[in-house]
This record gives sequence, C-alpha cells and structure tokens, in this order.
Amino acid sequence: MAFDNLFSEIVFWALAVVTIGSAALVVHLRSIFRAALMLVVSFLGIAGIFAMVNAEFLAVVQVLVYGGGIAVLVIFAVMMTRDVDTGNRSTAVQPVALMMGIALLGALAYSIVQAEWAVLPDSLPGPIATVFVETPTQLGRLLLSDYVLAFEVAGVLLLAAVIGALSLVRERNDA
Amino acid sequence: MGETLAGNVIYRNVYQFVQDLLGEEWSWVAYAAAGMAIILLVTNAVMAIGAMYTWFERRLLGRFQGRLGPNRAGPFGVLQPIADAIKLITKEDIIAVGADRIVFTLAPVVMLAPTLLVLGVIPFGAGSWLADLNIAVLYIAAVSGISTIAVMMAGYASPNSFSLFGSMRAVAMLVSYEVPLVMALLGVTVLAQSMSLVSIVEAQALPFLLVTPLGALIFLAAISAELNRAPFDVTEAESELVAGYMTEYGGMKYGVFMLAEFTNTVVAGAIFAVLFLQGWKWAILPSHIWFLLKVGGFVFIAVWVRATLPRYRLDQILAVAWKYLFPLSLVNVLLLAAEVIVWPERGAAELGIMAAINWAVTIPAALLWSKVVSLRTSPPIAAMFSTEGR
Repeated sequence: MAFDNLFSEIVFWALAVVTIGSAALVVHLRSIFRAALMLVVSFLGIAGIFAMVNAEFLAVVQVLVYGGGIAVLVIFAVMMTRDVDTGNRSTAVQPVALMMGIALLGALAYSIVQAEWAVLPDSLPGPIATVFVETPTQLGRLLLSDYVLAFEVAGVLLLAAVIGALSLVRERNDA
Repeated sequence: MGETLAGNVIYRNVYQFVQDLLGEEWSWVAYAAAGMAIILLVTNAVMAIGAMYTWFERRLLGRFQGRLGPNRAGPFGVLQPIADAIKLITKEDIIAVGADRIVFTLAPVVMLAPTLLVLGVIPFGAGSWLADLNIAVLYIAAVSGISTIAVMMAGYASPNSFSLFGSMRAVAMLVSYEVPLVMALLGVTVLAQSMSLVSIVEAQALPFLLVTPLGALIFLAAISAELNRAPFDVTEAESELVAGYMTEYGGMKYGVFMLAEFTNTVVAGAIFAVLFLQGWKWAILPSHIWFLLKVGGFVFIAVWVRATLPRYRLDQILAVAWKYLFPLSLVNVLLLAAEVIVWPERGAAELGIMAAINWAVTIPAALLWSKVVSLRTSPPIAAMFSTEGR
C-alpha cells in the first residue's frame, strides 16, 4: 500500500472502534431492531478491516453475504419477534451465559495472542503475488478442482435447507 | 487505482498544493485531500445529473401521456429541479410521533450511500475511472444490496402500516430479483473472463447486448425491479400504499429518497452501458460523450417502459422472478460458458457467431418459457401480501 503508516493507523483504529463499539451496542441496546442495525454496522466494519489488509475479495463478500443477505434475514426475524422495542427480560440463564461468554473470549484471546502469525515479506514471491492480484480467479480454480467435494457438499446443504424451508411452509398451509 | 487518478489534472494540482503547504512527510494528507476533491466533483456531478433527470423523466412522461409536464420554471421547465430542491429544503422537517427518530433520520442517508459508492468503479470514458477494481461486478452487487436495509429502516421506523407494508414488499422483491440480476452479471463475467468493468468494456469487440440478448433482457428486468421502477413499483404503489415506505417522510428527507431513486436510475444506466453497450467505445465522438449518450438511451427506455406498462401485482412480480427470469438466466449462463470453452479467443468474428447462436436460442426460449410459466396467483402468497382485510 502506498499509504503512510500514520494514515493506515488512523483508518485501522477508526474501523476497530466502529466494529467493536457497534458490537457492544448490539448487546446493550434495548430495541432489538436497533441492535440488528448495529450488527450490520459491525459487519461492515469487519469488511473495512478486510479491505485494509488487501483482502478485497473477502471484504466484498463480507458486505454481500453479511451486510446484504444475513442482515436482511436477521431484521426480518426481528420484525416478527414480540416486544421488539423493549427487548427480552433477563432470565436465570444469564450468569451461565456470562461465564460461557467470558470463557469463549478468553479462549479466543489466548489463541490469537499465542498464535505464530506468518508475516509476508515486503516483496512477494511470484505465485503469492498473483494470488493478491486475481483472488477471484485463483479461488474459483481451487473451488472447482482441489476443493470440489466441499463445494458440492455446501451446495447440497443449501438445497436441503431450501427444501426444508419449503416443506415447513407447506405443512402450515395444509393444516 | 493510482495511475489514471494520478494523471488527473485536478487530482495532481490539489495533491501538489497540499504537499507544498504541509511538506513531504504529510503526503498522506495531500493524498486524502486530492481524493476528497475528486470525490466531491464526481458525487456532485452525478447528483446534478440525477436532479436533471427528474425533469427529463417528468417531461417525457408528459409527452407519453399527451400533456406538457413541468414547463413554468425556465425554458422548457429546465429549472424545475432547482425549484423542487428549494421547496423541499425550506419545508418544515416533520418526524411523526411514535417514530424511531434516529433510525427514521438515518434511513435516507443509508439509501443514498450505495448509489454514490457504486460510482467508484464505473469507467466514465476512456481512461477515466476512479478505481479499476478487479472484483467490480461483485462490488456493485454487494454495495447495492445495502439499500434493502435502508428500505427496512424507513418502513420500520415510521409509525405507519403503509410504510411497513411497502418495505416488506420491497424486501421480498429486492431479495428475489437479486438472484436473476447476479446471474445476468455472471453471464457477462463469463463472457469477458473478468469482473473488472474496464476489462469488460475492452472485451466487447461487439456490444454484449448483441452477443447475449438474453442476459441483457434479464438484467433490464431485474434492474427495473431493483430500482423500484414500473412495472415493478409495488413498493410505493401510489394508488394502494400512499407512498410505501416513504409515506411518513417529508421535506428534504423525502427529497434525499427521491434523489437516491432517480440517481440510481442514472447509475443503473451507466452500469448497463458498461456491461452491454461497450461502455465508452464507439467512433468519431469523444468517449465521454458516447458514454453519456448510452446512459441517456437506457434512461429513455426506462421512462418509456414506465409510461407504457401497467403495474404487476406483488405475487406476479415474485413469480416472474423465480419462475421466468431465474430458469432463463441459468440457460443463459450455461450457454455462454459452453461457448467460451469452444472459442477461447474471442474477437469480433467469434462474438458474431456467438451472437447468432444466442439469438437463435433466446427468442424461442423466451417465448416457449412464457407459455410454460403461468402467473396464476398462488393463494398463500397472495394472502401474505394482500392489503385487503387488514
């Protein structure tokens, strides 16, 4: 990147604050609808971070799938929920959820800190440099050659989900 | 990015000016300032074109309907957009009681943002584009998907059943039409072997409108639905839903929604010109003029369609997307993929042969499939979206 260090630093911290701040608001806001909107902001922040580390393809897919698809699904689900404006009352599960949450956070933080991150050298060797230039082409090749089985299985899974959803709707109408 | 942008006069001058002012170590400020200058220019130019387009559309609709259209402000009423803007800005800003104020206020902004973001990847002429993203097609699909959320925000935040109805309809429609739209884009991508809009233009030895008529038709239908334009304008169907998700909006908030809608049509025209009409390419005239003329052609057809076709019912719209456009778009992609394998090098001659094959398939396929598919209402879906008895 041609950017100065200070510039990327500013962008990174802005994105980080937006992402984490909105994620915190998702938990805190009373209105579930607003919480869902903050979740979208959080997704977009993550997309921004992807774009910052030169993973353009991942960034765009993040916006497409999470910002477009998943967000609409979540908001749809929220709109069909009762007590949208007040949120749920707290339940007895809360302490357990808190402990599980802290445990998960600890595990994630530990693995991130402990992991040995492979840092790419400034001048990239040939094949890796091509990957950065034409990510979609390379990804497409891999998906349809080495990982074709996983690709197809994912397709069948989605098909099963569609058929499942259809059959659920159908049942309700027959009754 | 980089090269074409650095060659731009305005960009270079602003960059130089700020750098001289602050010194070498603040080059990133100069970089940002120069970028901002370009963004300001492009954004305002396109918004001005969008505003002028409102006049164009109203005038043209007037012609089609045997009346005059706006003709008081300035010669032929050209100043009408300015009069409208003054009126909208000076209006009292009303937020209905019981509205979710923050979400209500943000919705128009979220609506306008994707329109402007898409501009970043569109090549306006030979050598003039902001960014030649190698995933531009995907980027357009992704960014324009955000407007769905704006529609939901507006519909949910307004304390009005019509708004909610409008937004639910919009979401059902937008989500359905995204599928054929992306499949049509996929066809073009397969043909050009690239997702960069610049490479797509360069790959068009013949306009893709001629080479892949089916893809162009599907794209036209799907993009009209995505733009909420007639015959797919059920989301704001005036005669049944007041103004759909915009019902509670007034003043400049409403203005921003309308601006986004009209600018979207112009931007869609630009995308269509790039994908199917060779973008900036053609003879004699400068490339930018050709580009504008092609966009103008698309926009003219969009108005023509709006003036001609009656509105579909929502269940019919969804049926068209899933039963008609989706299978045809699969046929289109399959056909193009096979042809690309047969002719790995595609000059004008090869594209000509492909065009002949594609036309020979398109016409019977479109006609036959329209006989097979019925737009008969399926009762549960009709009940879900009917406004009667609520």
